[in-house]
Amino acid sequence: MASLKDLRSRIASVKSTRKITSAMKMVAASKLRRAQDAAEAARPYAERMGTMLGRLATAVGSNEGAPKLLAGTGKDNVHLLVVFTADRGLCGGFNASIVKATRLKAKALVAEGKTVKLICVGRKGADALKREFGDNIVARYTGIEGKKGIDFSSASDVGDKVLALYEEGEFDVCTIFYNKFVSAISQVATAQQLIPFVGEEAAEQEEAAATSAVYDYEPSEEAILADLLPRNVGVQIFGAMLESSASEHGARMSAMDNATRNAGDMIDRLSIQYNRSRQAQITNELIEIISGAEAL
Amino acid sequence: MTDTTVLELVSPSALLKSEPVEMVVVPGTDGNFGVLPKHSPMISTIRPGVIDIYAGGKVSERIFVAGGVAEVNPERCTILAEEAVPVADLKADEAQARLEKATADLKEASTAHDKANAERALDIARAQIAALTN
Repeated sequence: MASLKDLRSRIASVKSTRKITSAMKMVAASKLRRAQDAAEAARPYAERMGTMLGRLATAVGSNEGAPKLLAGTGKDNVHLLVVFTADRGLCGGFNASIVKATRLKAKALVAEGKTVKLICVGRKGADALKREFGDNIVARYTGIEGKKGIDFSSASDVGDKVLALYEEGEFDVCTIFYNKFVSAISQVATAQQLIPFVGEEAAEQEEAAATSAVYDYEPSEEAILADLLPRNVGVQIFGAMLESSASEHGARMSAMDNATRNAGDMIDRLSIQYNRSRQAQITNELIEIISGAEAL
Repeated sequence: MTDTTVLELVSPSALLKSEPVEMVVVPGTDGNFGVLPKHSPMISTIRPGVIDIYAGGKVSERIFVAGGVAEVNPERCTILAEEAVPVADLKADEAQARLEKATADLKEASTAHDKANAERALDIARAQIAALTN
């Protein structure tokens, strides 16, 4: 049985833990709001880019001379996986779920006899994957999220790297892994193919094809497509970064909320135990005094 | 009431503008083009330059864009810009600094990729200065 002094110091330490977790929760909540706004503000651009590209892609079709980013290299031997995680932990299953999804995919690809290359955005992902796939990591980025949130230029850095690798023929298919933000308590690990470009569903494409007949292109479909496709890579990566950061703060907020509540429960339990043993001690002393008095 | 077309100006980080305008002049890669209501549908790339928004027959607003792409249809004109700043907010010394940096980068650029990037930055800086001087 723990002594009263031990119990007192445990209660004090759990109390200070609770202070820390509740402060982290507040910070995460305010960052979440900003990250969520940024993610929502970025959606119109990505959406319009998507519809425009879908229209162009159907117009150009898979003609010869279609850009490589659209048509692919004709092989799928080497896969590049871009993984978006956080730089920091203490955010529940956020990092673990994305790392797990990546690991599953990478293992499946290796089992099929394909080569896997990885780009890790965020320190935690690189740390978790380097034991198994250390030799496959071609690049890593950390400190993406600065004081003022996420900058488009950091997304273009990653995008440029991906494009440069593609130009050099280093990989055939590129997929990005990130947590899609649904709500503060729910994030979905998502895999999205980036290269070659995949348009929206076939039905929508047909619709787009029906309207595209009347469009004029200046300078030409191919030239616009050649300009737009690389840009789309950057935009998609930017979108993934924003979603991932909103998810991170959401996950951290709910993880810290749970931790604060657990700490509260623990303090209650420890206080009851403390009070009981204090009472037991007092009762014992009284019994000793009374029995001592009776013995006289 | 005069006819209007909806101008949507979108940058990667935000929807900057979505409002009806009488006419807008866009710096296309193959030359400037004006967009009036009921313009025939087209898609064009944009070079770094200035978008002029007209109201009442006069230029009411000038916005600098650093390239992008525009989609025009009879009801709206959507511009996806990489970077968009009102001309009034441009600073001459910042543009000059950008020009110098781009020139230096171009000298140092070793790979074709770096070179292309530096050239693009140079074009943007030149267009900014041009936008400020007239």
